[in-house]
Amino acid sequence: MPWDRNQMAARAAEELEDGWYVNLGIGIPTLVANYVGDKDITLQSENGMLGMGPFPYEGDEDPDLINAGKQTITELSRTSYFDSATSFGMIRGGKIAAAILGAMEVAENGDLANWMIPGKLVKGMGGAMDLVAGVGRVIVVMDHTNKAGESKILRECTLPLTGKAVVDRIITNLGVLDVVPGGLRIVELAEGVTEDELRAATEATLV
Amino acid sequence: MKKVYGTAGEALEGLLQDGMFIAAGGFGLCGIPELLIDALVESGVKDLTIASNNCGVDGFGLGKLLDTRQIRKMLSSYVGENAEFMRQYLSGELELEFNPQGTLAERMRAGGSGIPGFYTKTGVGTVIAEGKEVKNFDGQDYILERGIVADLSIVKAWKADDTGNLVFRKTARNFNPPAAMCGRVCVAEVEEIVPRGSLDPDMIHLPGIYVHRIVQGVQEKRIEKVTTRPREEA
Repeated sequence: MPWDRNQMAARAAEELEDGWYVNLGIGIPTLVANYVGDKDITLQSENGMLGMGPFPYEGDEDPDLINAGKQTITELSRTSYFDSATSFGMIRGGKIAAAILGAMEVAENGDLANWMIPGKLVKGMGGAMDLVAGVGRVIVVMDHTNKAGESKILRECTLPLTGKAVVDRIITNLGVLDVVPGGLRIVELAEGVTEDELRAATEATLV
Repeated sequence: MKKVYGTAGEALEGLLQDGMFIAAGGFGLCGIPELLIDALVESGVKDLTIASNNCGVDGFGLGKLLDTRQIRKMLSSYVGENAEFMRQYLSGELELEFNPQGTLAERMRAGGSGIPGFYTKTGVGTVIAEGKEVKNFDGQDYILERGIVADLSIVKAWKADDTGNLVFRKTARNFNPPAAMCGRVCVAEVEEIVPRGSLDPDMIHLPGIYVHRIVQGVQEKRIEKVTTRPREEA
């Protein structure tokens, strides 16, 4: 059985080390916060906050307190606020240990595409280009294939890039892959998934 | 010099002209200068170029200036919450220059700090780098981005004193300080103007040197996405 969304998030949480400052993207990456356990992890929200807390109780929403996905959130005893230039200074400056992001496509050299589909909806990159360029480690969490069953892990990306050679590790419903010289290396298979199944679902070169 | 004005319309008087370049604070609908945007709508000023991370939502925030066709061009990082924006952009009525969020913030900060350009690794190898100078430092490629200097900045803060010292609240700070810095003139709308001396000088987020006019008013402060968790049973 391939991993489901929560199992992928739980696996991604294992990547985080005690004391890290981390940025989580929208979608499955947001779920990672539920699985950090006892580790001392500080979540950054790139609009200008460190120490992001859970969603507020109904009635406690504060219009002045939102995350980068524009959702209402809460603060913690460790929270600090700052402006967006300072926020991206810490991102670009390599102070954020890791970003966990979703993706549309990843290539075997670590190229990442997750912001635009030409001719369809054009929403914008938001902070994704800054994050992948700046943080210590870029971890992608996504389904291995798209809705049509085609591999999202490619020799070369077909969509406009968010960053060139920026991805370190890919966690999918089928397993865990690392970007290494010459292609991708299988680190781990999801429980019940065979190497042949993962290879069949992967267009990129596996070394 | 008197910085406090009675209404948002009065605070913008004499500052507006067609075709001008405006930098606006806010992220999504959080910390946006609602009253000054309303005053821009009322003024009828047109052919605006606006640098703002987002363009509001349909019918609210900067989205109001889209409905009235007062915006010619946007510099933004994310416009996904706005159907009218998409319609005007795809039909060619509206120009759009995508800027990565951190690049946009830094362009404002730099422009306000006398820095005409800076090198960043954000966007290297992507469409953002097209036509921009690439320079290698210590084995890593960077692209040249320009500082922004706007004709006018419009920002929202929580509290001000009458000298323009500003304090923001929580994540409503966002783009407001860099947007304020990059304007030749900056107008701030605030929830409360407090007596001089009542703000702790060590706790000022933006010194009044960047703020030329202030107006106090009541904002709607609409929430874009309400997300909550259930209360635990007692």
